[in-house]
Amino acid sequence: MPEKSGAEILIDTLIEQGVDTVFGYPGGAVLPIYDALFQQTKIRHVLVRHEAGAAHAAEGYARSTGKPGVVLVTSGPGATNAVTGIADAFMDSIPLIVLTGQVATNLIGSDAFQEADTIGITRHCSKHNYLVKDPAELATVVREAFTIATKGRPGPVVIDIPKNVQVATAATDIKRPARTRFTFAGEADYTEINRAVELIANAKAPILYTGGGIINSGPAATEALRELAELTGAPVTSTLMGLGAYPASGEAWLGMLGMHGTYEANMAMNQCDVMVCLGARFDDRVTGRLDAFSPDSIKIHVDIDRSSMNKTVRVDLPIVADVGTAMRQMIDVWKGRKYKKRPLDQWWSRIAGWRAVNCLSYPGSTQEIMPQYAIERLFEATKDKAPIITTEVGQHQMWAAQHFHFDAPNKWLTSGGLGTMGYGLPAAIGAQMGDPNALVIDIAGEASIQMNIQEMATATQYRLPVKVFILNNEWMGMVRQWQELTYESRYSESYSDSLPDFVALAEAYGWKGIRCDDPAKLDDAIAEMLAYDGPVMFDCRVHKTSNCFPMIPSGAAHTDMILSADQVSGTMDDEAKALV
Amino acid sequence: MHIKQELTERHVLTLTVDNEAGTLARIAGMFTSRGYNIDSLTVADISEDHTTSRITIVTKGPPPVIDQIIAQCERLIPVHKVTDLTEAGPHVERELALVKVSSVGDQRVEAMRLADIYRARVIDATINSFIFEITGGPEKIDTFVALMREVGLVEVGRTGIVGLMRGADAS
Repeated sequence: MPEKSGAEILIDTLIEQGVDTVFGYPGGAVLPIYDALFQQTKIRHVLVRHEAGAAHAAEGYARSTGKPGVVLVTSGPGATNAVTGIADAFMDSIPLIVLTGQVATNLIGSDAFQEADTIGITRHCSKHNYLVKDPAELATVVREAFTIATKGRPGPVVIDIPKNVQVATAATDIKRPARTRFTFAGEADYTEINRAVELIANAKAPILYTGGGIINSGPAATEALRELAELTGAPVTSTLMGLGAYPASGEAWLGMLGMHGTYEANMAMNQCDVMVCLGARFDDRVTGRLDAFSPDSIKIHVDIDRSSMNKTVRVDLPIVADVGTAMRQMIDVWKGRKYKKRPLDQWWSRIAGWRAVNCLSYPGSTQEIMPQYAIERLFEATKDKAPIITTEVGQHQMWAAQHFHFDAPNKWLTSGGLGTMGYGLPAAIGAQMGDPNALVIDIAGEASIQMNIQEMATATQYRLPVKVFILNNEWMGMVRQWQELTYESRYSESYSDSLPDFVALAEAYGWKGIRCDDPAKLDDAIAEMLAYDGPVMFDCRVHKTSNCFPMIPSGAAHTDMILSADQVSGTMDDEAKALV
Repeated sequence: MHIKQELTERHVLTLTVDNEAGTLARIAGMFTSRGYNIDSLTVADISEDHTTSRITIVTKGPPPVIDQIIAQCERLIPVHKVTDLTEAGPHVERELALVKVSSVGDQRVEAMRLADIYRARVIDATINSFIFEITGGPEKIDTFVALMREVGLVEVGRTGIVGLMRGADAS
C-alpha cells in the first residue's frame, strides 16, 4: 500500500480541491509542509511579511475571485498573528482555509516552544476548526473543511496540524466516506415565496435592502437582484458589504444605507411599507436606534443563516434560503402570476424629494484637495477600467463607499463587520494575485496604512502593480470626528504624529511615490499613478479637518441624520456614548 | 447611566451532537462568548457506536434570546439537532443528587426519616454520617437539600437535569 507523509497528503488534497495560490509565512512547526511545497509546481506560495497580511490577502483573493482563500502559517505567533484576519473573515462571511502548524502531539499542553492553543483561540472566531492527530485523517478533514468554508454562510475554517502529523506517513488509497452531517439552506419554501411576492406586489412603498449575502451567493444572485428590481420597480439600497450587487448607475439605486449612508436611502428605509432584506443582517451600523427603525413596515428577511433571523430586528416573514435561489423563485412566481410593475409614482416622488437634499455634497475648495473630491476624481479616472477597490477602515473608507460607484460585484473589498485597520493593502495584494491584469487600488488613510505597511515588500517581490491611494489628513479622522461629536473636541491620541515621508518610503521599497496637495494638479497626478506599470504609493494631502457626512449619530434614528458639519453638537448623553 | 436587565424565562434544551473532541467546549464557549447563561449542563454518549452524545442545557433568557440561543447552537457544525423541551410540550426532567449528612442522635434519626419521605436511598453509612442518593425534579432536590441543612448537611453533588419528551416520539 503506497504511503505518503502528512505534508504530501495535505498538498495533494489542496491541489485536488483546486487550490493554486497559498498566502503564508514559514516557521518551525510547518517546515515539513514548506518542504513539500518546494517539491511541487502546481501551487504558488505568496510570502507575506506578517501573518496578519497572509489572512487579509487570502480574504482579498477570496472576495475578488469567489474562490476560497488559503493561508499557511506556523504555530504559536504565526497562528495568533493570523487571528484578526480569521475573525474578520468570520464577521464578513469570507471562505478561508487557514492551515496552522502545531507542536508535535506528544508536546501539546507542555508549553513547548511556539506552542499556542490555536484551536481554543480560534474556536469562536471561525466557522469550524480541527486539530488533526493522524495523517490518515488529513485528506478527509481538508475536503470537509472546503465544504464547510464555502457552503451555506461562508466562513473561515482552521486546520491545526501538529508537526509529527506532517512527517508521519499514511496510506493514500484509503477511501473514507465523506461525512454528510451538514445541511445547508438552498431553495425557499414556496408558501413563503408566494407570500413575499404578494406583499411586494401590493406594496405602495417597497424597498429592497440588499447585503453581502448576494455577492457571496454568486453572479446568478446579482443577476436575479437586477431582474427583481426591474420587475417590481422597487428602489434598491445596500449595506457596505453589498455594494456592486446592484449597479450604482441603475435607476433604482438609492446609494448605501446606514450610519454614513445617503439621506434618500435611510429615509426610504424609515418610510417604506414593505422592506425586503436580501442577504443582509440588520447590523447596528445599518439600523441606528432599534426602536425607531422603520417602524411601520412589513419586513421580509431572506438569509441563509437561521441565526440572522430576529437577531436584532423582529421580522414578519423570515425566509431561510440561499438569497440568489430565493430571488429567482420570487421572479418565477411574479411572472407566473403575471403581476405588472406598479407605477409607485407617489413613492418615487417622495424619494426624489429626499434625493434633492443632495446629501453627499460638500464644500468645494480651490486651495486644498477635499477628500471627497479626491475620491470623485479617482473614480472618474478609473471607472472604465473596472477597478477592484480595497480600503482600510475609517473616514476614507466611508468616503470611498459614498463617492466611488460600483456597477459589478466582487470589486469592492472592505472590512465591514470587524472594521480592521490594515486590511486594505494585503487585501489588494490578494486581489491582484487573483487577477494579475486587474487595476487594484487600496484607498487608504495615513493611519490605517501603517498597520500592515510591511506588505509593500510582498507587492515588490511578486511584481504586483497595486496602487495605494492615501487620503492623508494627518488624523485618525473617524476617531477625531467622534471626539468632535461626542467629547467636545478633546482630541485624545487621534493626531497622526511622526508620519513617514510616504514618497521616500515608496522608493525605499522599490515602489513609485507620488505626492499631491493641489486640486488643480490632482487629475494629472492620478493619471501618472495609473500610467505607471508597477506599485505606486500616492500621498494625497487632503483638507485636514473634513468630516464624513451624512451621519446617523450613535444611538439615533434614521430620521435624525446629520447632513453637514454645522449641525454637529459637541456632546452626547451616556446612553449614546455607551453604543459603539 | 445604569445597565438595564430584562425578564428571563427558564428553558430546557437538548442537543444531539457528534461525540468528538472539542464539541462541549464549542457549545459552552459559544454561550460564554455571546453572553448567554447556563444553569446546568449534562453530557453523555448515547449511541451504540459512541459517535453521538446528548447534551441537556438549562438556560434562561428573554424569549428572543432563547430563540437566538437555539439558532446559534444549530449553527455549530457538530450539532445535529436542538429541541427546546420547554416549548415542545409535556416532558419529564430528572436530576440525581448525592447528599452527605453528618449528625448524631435525634438529628440523625430525623435525617433518615426525611430521606425516607423523599425516597432517597442510603448508599453509604458510618456511625455519624450518611450519603443519600435522590432523584427527581430540580425543585424536589432543592427542597430536600434545604431540609438536610437543618440536620447536618456536609456536601452535595448534583448531576444537572436530563429531560425527554413524554409519549412515544423522540424529541
